[in-house]
Amino acid sequence: MTETMKTSIKGGGFLLEDVEKNDVFTPEEFTEEHKMIAKTTEEFVHGEVAPLIDRLENHEFDLSRDLLTKAGELGLLGADVPEKYEGLSLDKISSTLITEKFSDAGGFSLSHGAHVGIGSQPIVFFGNEEQKNRYLPDLASGRKIAAYALTEPSSGSDALSAKTTAVLNDEGTHYVLNGEKQWITNSAFADVFIVYAQIDGDKFTAFIVEREYEGVSTGPEEKKMGIKGSSTRTLILQDVHVPKENVLGEIGRGHIIAFNILNMGRYKLGVGCLGGSKRAIELAASYATERKQFNTPIARFTTIQEKLASMAVKTYALESSIYRTGGLFEKQLGDLTEEEQEDGSRIAKGIAEYAIECSLNKVYGSETLDYTTDEAVQIYGGYGFMAEYEVERAYRDSRINRIFEGTNEINRLLVPGTLIRKTMKGELPFLEHANGLQDELMSFMPEEPGDEPLEKEKYLLSNAKKIFLMGTGTAMQKYGEKIENEQELLLNTADIVSEIYNMEAAIARTEKAIEENGVDNETMKLLLTQVICEEGLQNIEAYAKESLIHMEEGDTLRTMLSMIRKLTRRTPVNVIGVKRDIAERVIEKKKYEV
Amino acid sequence: MNIYVVMKRTFDTEEKVEINDGVIDEEGAEFVINPYDEYAIEEAIVLKETHGGEVTVVTVGDEEAEKELRTALAMGADKAVLLDTEDLDGEMDHYTISEMLGAYFQDKAYDIILGGNVAVDDGAGQTAPRLAEKLGINQLTTITKLDIEGTTATIERDIEGDQEIVEAELPLLVTCQQGLNEPRYPSLPGIMKAKKKPLDTLDLDDLDLDEDDLEAKTKTVDRFLPPEKEAGKKLEGEPAEQVEELVNLLRNEAKVI
Repeated sequence: MTETMKTSIKGGGFLLEDVEKNDVFTPEEFTEEHKMIAKTTEEFVHGEVAPLIDRLENHEFDLSRDLLTKAGELGLLGADVPEKYEGLSLDKISSTLITEKFSDAGGFSLSHGAHVGIGSQPIVFFGNEEQKNRYLPDLASGRKIAAYALTEPSSGSDALSAKTTAVLNDEGTHYVLNGEKQWITNSAFADVFIVYAQIDGDKFTAFIVEREYEGVSTGPEEKKMGIKGSSTRTLILQDVHVPKENVLGEIGRGHIIAFNILNMGRYKLGVGCLGGSKRAIELAASYATERKQFNTPIARFTTIQEKLASMAVKTYALESSIYRTGGLFEKQLGDLTEEEQEDGSRIAKGIAEYAIECSLNKVYGSETLDYTTDEAVQIYGGYGFMAEYEVERAYRDSRINRIFEGTNEINRLLVPGTLIRKTMKGELPFLEHANGLQDELMSFMPEEPGDEPLEKEKYLLSNAKKIFLMGTGTAMQKYGEKIENEQELLLNTADIVSEIYNMEAAIARTEKAIEENGVDNETMKLLLTQVICEEGLQNIEAYAKESLIHMEEGDTLRTMLSMIRKLTRRTPVNVIGVKRDIAERVIEKKKYEV
Repeated sequence: MNIYVVMKRTFDTEEKVEINDGVIDEEGAEFVINPYDEYAIEEAIVLKETHGGEVTVVTVGDEEAEKELRTALAMGADKAVLLDTEDLDGEMDHYTISEMLGAYFQDKAYDIILGGNVAVDDGAGQTAPRLAEKLGINQLTTITKLDIEGTTATIERDIEGDQEIVEAELPLLVTCQQGLNEPRYPSLPGIMKAKKKPLDTLDLDDLDLDEDDLEAKTKTVDRFLPPEKEAGKKLEGEPAEQVEELVNLLRNEAKVI
């Protein structure tokens, strides 16, 4: 499918070409059905789950099981399962909205996410007809609950080095599994586990393992820093006889499943962080307007305003880029015929096209949530440190997001890694663009863009892409394949790519909104975009300089740094002033509303 | 059983109401199904589930109200009807709306019509009772329990903190009070099905009505928000002095005695 796509909407293609705004999906384009689905989810979470959060935090997991059943009755477990197997075959924007709204459920959002995502999707994507018929109707309706067992005590990021073994029995009917899987979400009550094990020592393979099988047991509940409302245990496999029909996908090809599942998992993790960030703003803004010190609501102090505004800026960047990715999935998958929709591997391939974007959303999402919950605690002051307040839990719950579904470091490394791989496979014309740029840069003269809304931001974006190409092209030339030993450079590249993705998503979204409603009605979006682009370019400049200084020296370095100076020359935005305007609006609404 | 619900689209109860020049500013406000009408919709669906039949939800308004009608369909209603007020230039009141509903129901076969006890925006509680009068059928307001056996309805209703049990014959109009039921969330399959369910729009011509017949019987002269709550006043001194001061303030400042 990649072959027929224009470069700008291929995974990673946005770095090489201008993206048309109409190729960027925005939250302003939600349909009535999308909004109704979001509302049902929100009402379920606030009405049914929220009152039980304290009890869930105390590990009353019978409640989790009941809540999942109720969620199943409302259809909240079937969005990503085909209709043929009692699912709803909803579009990816709908399932994104469900995940976003579930984030207010605290640790229970993990129970939901693990079940519908990494638990059920391996069967949706890679199960054979018999496996799908056997498991998916129960999973989509909540009659059975799924979990995903990949990590082991000695294999985390290096997942393929798992030690769990699978040996075919003498009769040739069953694989006998032995090993221990660690930190398994939903393990207290899951009925079905997706388990990875090595056949003959080196054939990494996925299995569907039922809790009922003899030899399956779980360890005690882990004592965690956060997400205590979700069950996490060890899964112990002792001579478990798994019918050979329960091999998922091909023998020795388990990594294909693992990596594909992680793409969607990472995206959805970013989505959950978006919901969490919005909640943090709502709590912080409400508190800041009520709490008085020196006889003044603290929201009147510009220090607090700066915090609220920065939270909103990051959240707008995240929201715009999340739904941008969601829109890309839809473009890939929405046009598939019903038959193709049922072919899970086809869907998985469509999602894998955007592996880079998934990693970007994961990294930026988790770091935005850490930022917003941290600042929310700060705004609450000492009260934020007290367990009676929701922000205390939100702060603890946030931290894991930078670690699971691939640490942020692994995900950052994946961004340039995937770009290089796509370039080598001829999927992205990266080298052509990098070579073409050299001539362009020789004659490059900084411009002073006009005053039309977003004109300057678009100019900054196009220069940001040039900086990316220049820096990455230089690194590729200098190090070739050895670039993988220069991890700091790769991390910097990922951060530059992330800024570009966010800037572009925010610009396209704001531009569309202004076109629809006029600039006077979209001031908030414009202000947010101005800050995103100004701060984005500042960051890009710093990352690029740091990398170039490591790579080059002498005259070459001086020439390159002067090029960076030219590419970042601009009349800077008054960030302090703009953030005060943004804060006024956040305080007035007492929540994130753009 | 032919079950009808008369429904109103109202401001979201969490919205802050703003008034400019005596007109409520609806810009950017969220709207919902009037919460009392949600009880009516839920009860209608329960009746259908128990007795079979069909649920039709009717509202008077403009095309914006289609969203709330779709929500009712997503909850489980079978049909929705919008009586469009686009052709009406003048002011509307409960008379206007009940006349339009009356015209719609004229040729309908209904066993029961359910509505909310009041709408949370104007709190009048007039439209449904007016409709029953217009149709010349039994009506019972503020009901908290409903059972139907054959053509007889057994109903519990709120009366000033007490319960009254009444029997009434169908066809019947009832208005629903909190406590009657717990409205369901529209399920996702319900939302997807709602897209395909019929939503008809009828204008004044379709209803065989003339604008002049619908002229409001009341006129809204002004609208204003309650005064902002001011900081309280603490009376000091001996109890007797405080009482004296309080009486003085009630008489001269608050002017309530």
